[in-house]
Amino acid sequence: MDIDPRAARFGAAISTAVLAVVLVTGSGWLLAAQALVFAIGALAGLRYAPYGAVYRYLVRPRLGPPARTEPAAPPRFAQGVGMVIAAVGVIGYAAGVTVLGAVCAALALAAAFLNAAFDYCLGCQIYLFIQRIRPAA
Amino acid sequence: MHDAASALNTNVTGGVIALLVALAAATAIGAVFRHRQGRLRPVQGTRGGRPGGRPAADGVLTRADLGAPLGEHGTLVQFSTAFCARCGPTRRVLGQVAAQLEGVSVVEIDAAARLDLTRRLHVYATPTVLVLGPDGTIVSRTAGQPRKTDLIAAIAGGLPTTWTDNV
Repeated sequence: MDIDPRAARFGAAISTAVLAVVLVTGSGWLLAAQALVFAIGALAGLRYAPYGAVYRYLVRPRLGPPARTEPAAPPRFAQGVGMVIAAVGVIGYAAGVTVLGAVCAALALAAAFLNAAFDYCLGCQIYLFIQRIRPAA
Repeated sequence: MHDAASALNTNVTGGVIALLVALAAATAIGAVFRHRQGRLRPVQGTRGGRPGGRPAADGVLTRADLGAPLGEHGTLVQFSTAFCARCGPTRRVLGQVAAQLEGVSVVEIDAAARLDLTRRLHVYATPTVLVLGPDGTIVSRTAGQPRKTDLIAAIAGGLPTTWTDNV
């Protein structure tokens, strides 16, 4: 399935804003909500991604069809990376280890910001990193 | 009460600092990425080069390494993964260059399936593109999507003669 790349960057911009509020307020609940958003995109697929729905109904009608489309697999994988990092952060905030929560929220924010501002998918690069650190068979 | 308020303050301050650090770090990474992405750099130490270059074995790819024949005038090798946002556009650019230049072939390698090559060639990011000379020597490389003109220049640089006439 191919996606409108502008939808992915729009979603990343919303994620950046939400994660900024998480850091300033230290709200584990808001980070949990963002983790859920990542989880829906990663597990159910990008067509169900909440920020993507906002884009489709509110933004895309004003922009028109995209000039090009992109495969869905890379951003979907990156949402999975975001989900794991955000989930660890939620555990941190819930357990009172605020530093862990903040570090995870900051990592997710940096990745989302790179996506939104530079069209660079940091989460996608994690895939090869994970493959590389597996012991040689 | 005062303690609780000051604890809250400390947390807010820590959060704001974390936010600023994350934004600054991401901006720096993004700027470096934008500057370096797709910029072909010559690989030294392999072509009668300088001391301190990579060992020769790392600097040459054979037909056996690639699982495909080398191009007569040069080979473009792309390392990709299934979760690589810029691999598709990069594949198209390499295909265009190969279609335009006689004797230049393209080999795409699944970096996750060929961890032997990935590790040996220090491939950390996808796409990574290597430009090989006619004998399989790695002439230059880049991470990211290179420009067509840079690829053509790099291929020409890997050739011994003034082959650039037919470019």
